[in-house]
Amino acid sequence: MYIYDEIDQTMVDQRVNQFRDQVRRRIAGELSEDEFKPLRLMNGVYLQLHAYMLRVAIPYGTLSAEQLRKLAWIARKYDRGYGHFTTRQNLQYNWPKLEELPDLLAELASVQMHALQTSGNCIRNVTADQFAGVAADEVIDPRIHAEIIRQWSTLHPEFTFLPRKFKIAVTGAETDRAAVKVHDIGLIAKRDVAGELGFEVIVGGGLGRTPMVGPTIRDFLPERHLLSYLEAVLRVYNQLGRRDNMYKARVKILVHETGAEKFTEMVEREWEQIRDTAVDLPAGERERIAAFFNPPLYDKAEDAAETLTRQVAGDADFAHWVETNVAPHKADGYAIANISLKPIGGVPGDASAEQMDAVAALAERFSFSEIRVTHEQNLVLPHVRQDELYAVWQTLKSYDLHTPNLGLVSDMIACPGMDYCALANARSIPLAQEISERFADLDRQYDIGELKLKISGCINACGHHHVGHIGILGVDRKGEEYYQITLGGSGAEDASLGDIVGPAFPYDKVVNAIETLVDAYLGVRADNERFLDTYRRLGADPFKEALYGVN
Amino acid sequence: MTQQVISANRLGDGIVVYLAADSSWSERISGSVIAMDETAADALLREAKQAEQDRVVIDPYLIDVAEVDGVVRPIKYREFIRATGPSVRPDLSKQSYVPDTGA
Ligand code: HEM
Ligand code: SF4
Repeated sequence: MYIYDEIDQTMVDQRVNQFRDQVRRRIAGELSEDEFKPLRLMNGVYLQLHAYMLRVAIPYGTLSAEQLRKLAWIARKYDRGYGHFTTRQNLQYNWPKLEELPDLLAELASVQMHALQTSGNCIRNVTADQFAGVAADEVIDPRIHAEIIRQWSTLHPEFTFLPRKFKIAVTGAETDRAAVKVHDIGLIAKRDVAGELGFEVIVGGGLGRTPMVGPTIRDFLPERHLLSYLEAVLRVYNQLGRRDNMYKARVKILVHETGAEKFTEMVEREWEQIRDTAVDLPAGERERIAAFFNPPLYDKAEDAAETLTRQVAGDADFAHWVETNVAPHKADGYAIANISLKPIGGVPGDASAEQMDAVAALAERFSFSEIRVTHEQNLVLPHVRQDELYAVWQTLKSYDLHTPNLGLVSDMIACPGMDYCALANARSIPLAQEISERFADLDRQYDIGELKLKISGCINACGHHHVGHIGILGVDRKGEEYYQITLGGSGAEDASLGDIVGPAFPYDKVVNAIETLVDAYLGVRADNERFLDTYRRLGADPFKEALYGVN
Repeated sequence: MTQQVISANRLGDGIVVYLAADSSWSERISGSVIAMDETAADALLREAKQAEQDRVVIDPYLIDVAEVDGVVRPIKYREFIRATGPSVRPDLSKQSYVPDTGA
């Protein structure tokens, strides 16, 4: 794990002190709300429907057991005993009090955490593949470069007032678990024929009002040029991004309106001018940062696989969990254990303080004190010995954290929607709950196979609905909650945007509509074909017909 | 005219509150003072803006309500959720949530 040096720690501590003073001045009346609002947002403090909301950054989704324990402790002391893990690898607290926020932030700082870069028109918390460092199909641990980008971008004077927020995601693997094609910049680490490390650079993806799958503007950027090239992209954006219209201000609009080819030329031209003077990282610094992500000292877990086979054979429930939630690890005898935060009927992404403590304790005992947070709102124990999975699973079971549904229909992404969010048109969470209850039968879910369902409560698309195999978007029809359904989206390496299937449904018709779609798929799918592939093969017609009875 | 009450978030803790007849701010919509006409609504809004100046609340505004059998209920669903709490966490609703004081 990355450990703060003195500069990082001093910076974060100073920010807490500054914020303490700002809160004091606000409460004393020296600052109006208009003056205070940008200051609180720079510290991750929003005002939502019921109360303030604090968004805590979990850079590239990595947490230590100590940090997760602190998050649990904060949930108890300053909130109402729970937190919400989001698609941006953040944790949101829904009920902090303004008066207590400086203390809360000081507690976070004591475990090297903060809420910087979680709001405002800056480079946001950099996200990464949750299997970083352990994925069997990985070229390099993407957290090294995510951390390099974090250090470069935090407080970079040129990038604190961008035309709009800016999101960067990095992966080092072929399988895209970080949705890199729907970020402002997506980076995929790869090696060229000579074995040199570099990145494919994708610019101008995004969701929200105008969703886009980003085009690749460079197939291979040698690693040593990463920062100067990113700087060139940001400079072009900073000069030409539409500051006049908030809805057109994201880089995706600039790339789209300019055309990917022309945009690429502009970036390359800018880069030619700065590449020798800009701040590319000295090799020594790169090595220093990379060393934080060295793999832990794995045991020679020689008989682990055999033990696991025996345990799987002896317990069908455990076998299901292993089949669905456990992924291959690059070290022999180890496995990656995914912890679903989507129990049947639960709130997607919510975790209670007790659950956080339980996962922290498991990480300490079985996973080198490390936890990962995924953009699909789940948790991961990245390094578990195969012969210890059974013990892990048994503990998970007693905290309702053992649902074997990863990648299945009940493993939904859902944004907070109108239950918490001030911008919402409709609720997301209760719909997610009802859908998961409708499909509660796990055998049925296994039969359906991989199906990514994603729900947003408004067009901002925080719930990634555009890239759901099935997407659900809440809209307001004369004060009533309605939901538009899209089909055929994907946020993975085969990224695509979903198509609207037809007229929207009122709240009480949505669950039936989803079931109708799933049944239609089961009726026409070919062998082993995922919902997405069936849709891609046959198009919308069979689904339209099932839903609306017409073609 | 529709009946209206004033809602806002309290500055110190952000909790949703309603302007009451005695000029205090109630966490319950049942404690709110109802404006029956535009003149009354304007007067309430002026009072609320003063409370904003005085740093009691943030962003006060009028919401439409209907009084049915003596129960005040916001007309818009969004305001209903603000008045009652997240629909998915009845244990945290305004009616049932008791803060853990750590005692
Ligand atoms: C509850 C308070 C929240 C507010 C006020 C909020 C606001 C917004 C807004 C305004 C946008 C649109 C940006 C644009 O199109 O330029 C957006 C996009 C997005 N938000 Fe949120 N959001 C909230 C919660 C969340 C949560 C809980 C998540 C994670 C589950 C999230 C993740 C995202 C993502 C992934 C996008 C779309 C990606 C993109 O920026 O293109 N947000 N949000
Ligand atoms: S998608 Fe809309 S409703 Fe959902 S969290 Fe984002 S802004 Fe709120």
